[in-house]
Amino acid sequence: MVDVKHVSKGYNKKNVITDVSVKIAKGKITSFIGPNGAGKSTLLSMISRLIAKDEGEIYIDGMDLTRCKNNDLAKKISILKQSNHINVRLTVKELVSFGRFPYSQGRLTKEDRRLVNEAIRYMELEDIQHKYLDQLSGGQKQRAYIAMVIAQDTEYVLLDEPLNNLDMKHSVQIMKTLRRLADELGKTVVIVIHDINFASCYSDYIVAMKDGKVIKEGTTDEIITPTVLNEVYDIDFKIEEINREKICVFYS
Amino acid sequence: MSNKSKLIGLAVVAIALAVAFIFIDLGNNWDYALPRRLKKVYAIILTGGVIAFSTLVFQTITNNRILTPSIIGLDSLYLLIQTFLIFVLGSMNTLVTNENVNFLISVGLMVIFAGLLYKLLFRGDGQNIYFLLLVGIIFGTFFGSITEFMQVLIDPNEFMVVQDRMFASFNNVKTDLLLIATIAVILVSLYSVKLIKYLDVLSLGKDQAVNLGVDYDYVVKRLLVVIAILVSISTALVGPITFLGLLVANVAHQFLNTYRHSYLIIGSVFISIIALVGGQLIVERVFTFDTTLSVIVNFVGGVYFIYLLLKESKSW
Repeated sequence: MVDVKHVSKGYNKKNVITDVSVKIAKGKITSFIGPNGAGKSTLLSMISRLIAKDEGEIYIDGMDLTRCKNNDLAKKISILKQSNHINVRLTVKELVSFGRFPYSQGRLTKEDRRLVNEAIRYMELEDIQHKYLDQLSGGQKQRAYIAMVIAQDTEYVLLDEPLNNLDMKHSVQIMKTLRRLADELGKTVVIVIHDINFASCYSDYIVAMKDGKVIKEGTTDEIITPTVLNEVYDIDFKIEEINREKICVFYS
Repeated sequence: MSNKSKLIGLAVVAIALAVAFIFIDLGNNWDYALPRRLKKVYAIILTGGVIAFSTLVFQTITNNRILTPSIIGLDSLYLLIQTFLIFVLGSMNTLVTNENVNFLISVGLMVIFAGLLYKLLFRGDGQNIYFLLLVGIIFGTFFGSITEFMQVLIDPNEFMVVQDRMFASFNNVKTDLLLIATIAVILVSLYSVKLIKYLDVLSLGKDQAVNLGVDYDYVVKRLLVVIAILVSISTALVGPITFLGLLVANVAHQFLNTYRHSYLIIGSVFISIIALVGGQLIVERVFTFDTTLSVIVNFVGGVYFIYLLLKESKSW
């Protein structure tokens, strides 16, 4: 379990995150939703130690984040940022192999190779595994990065807007994969997501944020209600049930 | 062709050129000529290796393939130190004439400078590597201006001594320095062995490196110190010539077409040796010392640099 306690973060004396406490349940998909500038990505970056927090504590399975060794954390928690520009020319397989670095420090063992191939198969990248990343479409690239995270084989997988710039087909594909990661492999998936309907259909828990604070957290059913969403986004929401999924209509 | 055979090919060419350099036109007076040539070739190989390695590492840290360590002002600091010493103490002072002492002072100050730059960089988050480069460029210009200022005021005879250190030349390699430089290179190499495995991951960028468990600040800080020491070694031996690094690092990238630093480092070291020994061979036997190697290196490097800039506008 990830336990965030009273965390604050500011840039130039302006608080981006103020006294946030959330608990993230194991083996489930938790989505962070909220308007731009709500601090979702910042919170995710702090949980994954990419940026330092100013105040508060973050515990991962009871261990204080700041006291853990970097390499041990890399076997426990992985993050995928929204923009992944890489300056070197890599093939898909080479990229996925990097996911094994925390374990093998660059010298792949037989076991590492097996897990890399497994991750490639899991993301259905076998056909393009020897292609260079700059030859791929946005969706293929995103799948390659997710395969790398799978190869890293961490209990916690954090993704910052994994659907960014993807069409519906690829978005659904990615979300289904994340669902499988949670259901089949028992991983804890945390995502920042803007498309509220994807959050509604695929996540177990939702954390709604606004202005650096958590407005409400709870199961998907508790959050996807007109009252909560109106408060978070300041626009009118209608919620319809289609195939027992809650779908939000907010186009006015 | 696999990368291993490419590396073997490069090694063969490098060794052949070194042998050619030593034995072509050796003349009859072996006792005199041979040790001199051996020392020279050794100095060239040492410098070449050091420049290649430091540039490659610097480019990996900055994730930018058109930079060399000279951008953070390490070369200009070296010139400033030399000019300052001669300006204040005179060219006959031990700090100037004793190459070893002079070397240690230069290395020490350059490492301190790199450390200070690093402190500026990692004071808080939100600062990135480009901030370090920017500050470095400003410092470099600042050092350059002060150096020039002192050179204008200095006694013309003393200026001759300064000028001697301003331009890279393999015709008067400071062979007195070879021993201490060799020791420094060995120590630095031993020190960086445990850091080399992180280079591949660092080339993915900071976020990915942290995600994969690299202690980014710790590793980058140490690599910067390594770069500072290596640049001061090469500058002290032959003068400012880091431009060569740009050339060899990029040729290595293109020739080997891999991200693995274990190959890239060895490849770029050999390419650097080939460029320097081959270039010096041409300077001595073809141009009969009419020009210096740095002129050739800067000419070829400049043309290549423009080519890189044009190419950079498309993707790699």
